Amino acid sequence: MDGYSALLVVTFLVVGLAVTMLVLNLLLGPKNPSAIKSEPFECGQVQITSPRQRFSVKFYLIAIVFIVFDIEVVFLIPWAVLYRWFLTQPSWAVLAFTEMLVFLGILGLGLAYFWKRRGLEWD
Amino acid sequence: MTAQVVEALVHAAIKFAILVPGFVLALAALMSWIERRQSAMIQDRVGPNRASIGGVRAWGLFHIIADTLKFALKENIVPRGSNPLLFRLAPFMAMAPALIVFAVMPVGPTNRWVVSNLDVGILFIFAIGSLSVYGATIAGWSSNNNFSLLGALRVSAQMISYEVSLALNLVGVFMVFGSINLQTIIEGQGALLGGVLPKWGIVVQPVAFFLFLAASIAETKRTPFDAPEGEPELVSGYFTEYSGLALATWFLTEFAAVIMVAMMATAVFFGGWQIPWLPPTPALVATWWFQIACVMAFFAKTLFFVWVQMQLRWTLLRMRYDQIMTMGWKYILPISLANVLVTGLFLLLTR
Amino acid sequence: MALILFFVFAIAAVLSGICVAFSPFGNNPVYSAIALIMTLFFLACEFVLLHATFIAVLQILVYAGAIMVLFTFVIMLLNLSKEEIGEERLTLTKVVGLVVVLIGLTYQIGRVIWAHKVAPVTLHLTDGGPSNPAFGTIQDVGVKLFQDFLVPFEVTSILLLVAIVGAVVLAKRKI
Repeated sequence: MDGYSALLVVTFLVVGLAVTMLVLNLLLGPKNPSAIKSEPFECGQVQITSPRQRFSVKFYLIAIVFIVFDIEVVFLIPWAVLYRWFLTQPSWAVLAFTEMLVFLGILGLGLAYFWKRRGLEWD
Repeated sequence: MTAQVVEALVHAAIKFAILVPGFVLALAALMSWIERRQSAMIQDRVGPNRASIGGVRAWGLFHIIADTLKFALKENIVPRGSNPLLFRLAPFMAMAPALIVFAVMPVGPTNRWVVSNLDVGILFIFAIGSLSVYGATIAGWSSNNNFSLLGALRVSAQMISYEVSLALNLVGVFMVFGSINLQTIIEGQGALLGGVLPKWGIVVQPVAFFLFLAASIAETKRTPFDAPEGEPELVSGYFTEYSGLALATWFLTEFAAVIMVAMMATAVFFGGWQIPWLPPTPALVATWWFQIACVMAFFAKTLFFVWVQMQLRWTLLRMRYDQIMTMGWKYILPISLANVLVTGLFLLLTR
Repeated sequence: MALILFFVFAIAAVLSGICVAFSPFGNNPVYSAIALIMTLFFLACEFVLLHATFIAVLQILVYAGAIMVLFTFVIMLLNLSKEEIGEERLTLTKVVGLVVVLIGLTYQIGRVIWAHKVAPVTLHLTDGGPSNPAFGTIQDVGVKLFQDFLVPFEVTSILLLVAIVGAVVLAKRKI
C-alpha cells in the first residue's frame, strides 16, 4: 500500500502546482478587457456561424468502437501477464492460446464488419 | 499513523519534487528553445539568439527566461460567449494527469529510484493518461470558437483511437516478461540472448516498438499526427483562444507528454536503466556509483528519444486527418493484434 | 488510517455523485459529466483501500477514461439547445423513477440495518491487508478469469461484437 499512499501525496503536489499556476494566472498580467478583444478568433472576421452545432455521427461511432477495443485490451493484459505461467502447465498451455484466439477472432469479426460497413471511412 | 509511514511519504514527495520540476519541467523549458533553434537550423535560419544578460547571449538560451516572463505577464483573454470556468480550468485538467504519471517511472535499479513502485505499473500510466483527453476536449468546447471546437473534436477522436493501439503494442512485451510492473520489466531486460544480444524489448518485440512509437507520437499530437492543431487548417486547434500562462501550460503539457513517451520507450523497449553487457548483479547494485551510472543511462536514453521526436517533427510532413484515422484503425490496430497472436504462438511452440 | 481515508473518499464520492444531479456551478451537462468522472475516480480510491488494485485501475481506465469519453462526446457535440430540450415538466416517467429510486434506497438501507442487527458487523479495513497477499493483484484476477470463468469470458466477446453491430445499425439508419 506504500505505493498508493505515495500517489496520494503526489496527487496533492500536482494539484497544488495547478492551483498555484491558476492563481498566478489570475493575478499576474494586465486586465483591461474590451468588446473587440474578447471577440472569438475568426481570422479577423466577425464570427459568422456559431460553433454550437452538430457533428457527424462518425465521432460517436468511433467512441463506441473505442470502448469495445479498450475492454478487449483490458482482457488481454491479465492474459498476457499469466501466459508464461499457463505455458508451464501441460493441461493449460494450448487452451490458454486457443481461448484468446477465439476471443480475438470474434472481436476481429466485429472489426471486419465495422470496416466493411464503411465505419472507418472518413470521406 | 506511525513515524515510518510519514517518513516514506516525505521521501516520496521529495523524490517527485526532484524528478518532475527538476528534470521534466526543466527539460520541457529547454525543449521550447531547442525546438525553435532546431527548426531554424533545418530551415537554414539563425533562430532565436538575441536575448542576452549583460551582453552574454549563450546561443539564445536566455530566451527560456524571457519567454517565461512574457507568458506570465500577458493578459488572459477569455473570449465572448465562452464558459469562463471550464475555459480557465481546462489547461490544468490536461496538465495534472500528464505530470502524475511520472510517479511510477523507475529511473534506477532499486526502489530508492522510483517514487511509487506499483504492481499495476504501466496500467496506471494508461489509466491516468486516458484522463488527459478531457482537458483538450473541454478547452476546445468551452472556447466558443469554430477552430477550437474542430480541434477538440479531432483531438479526442485521435487520442482515443491511438490509445487502444498503444496498449496493444505493449501486450507482446507483457507476454515476454510476464509482468506489468515497470521495474520487473526492466530487470527482465538485463539478460543476454545467446550470450551476446541484450534481451531488450526492441530485440524481442521489434514490430511492436515501431508501432508503439508511431501510436505514442499520435497520442502526443505531434507532427506528423498534429492535424488537431495544424496551423494551416485550424490556427492552433483546441488552444487557439488561450493566452498568457494558460497557453504556456498547454506547451508544458505537450512537452511533458513527449518526455513520458521517451521514458516509456526507454523503459519498455530499451532496457530502462540497464547498461548493456553489464548485468546488474546484487553486489553491483549495492554500490552507489553503479546506481548513479544506471540513472545516467536511463536519462541518456530518454534524451535520445526526446531528440528522435524533435527530429521527426521537422523531418516528416503533416498527415491529413482522414489518413491519421485510417492509419490507426486499418493498419496499426490489426497489425498489433496479429503481433500479439504471433508472439503467443511463438512462445507456445518454443515452450 | 485506512478507516479515515475510507470515509474521506466515501464522502467525496457521494458529494460528487450529488453534484452530477445538482451542480453548484449552474445547470450545464458538462459539469455533471466532470462530477461523474470524479465519482468514478473516488470509487477507484475505495477499491485501492479494499486491496483490489487491479480493479481500481480498470475502474479509471474503462469507466472514467473510456465510457465517460462517449458521454462527453454526446453532451458536447449534440449541443442540445434550450428549445429542443423543452421546458422542464413533471412527466410520469420522472415520478415513477423517483418512486423506484426511493424504494430501492429504503430497501438497501433497511437491509444493512437488518444485517447489522442479526449479526453485528465490524469494519475490516485494517492497514495489515488481506490474509492472502496475492489478493486483488492482476495474477489473482487473471487466474480466476481464464480458468474458473472461461465460458463467461468467451461470451463477453460475443457481447462486445453485438455492441459493434448495434452501433453500426443505429448510426447507419440515422444518416
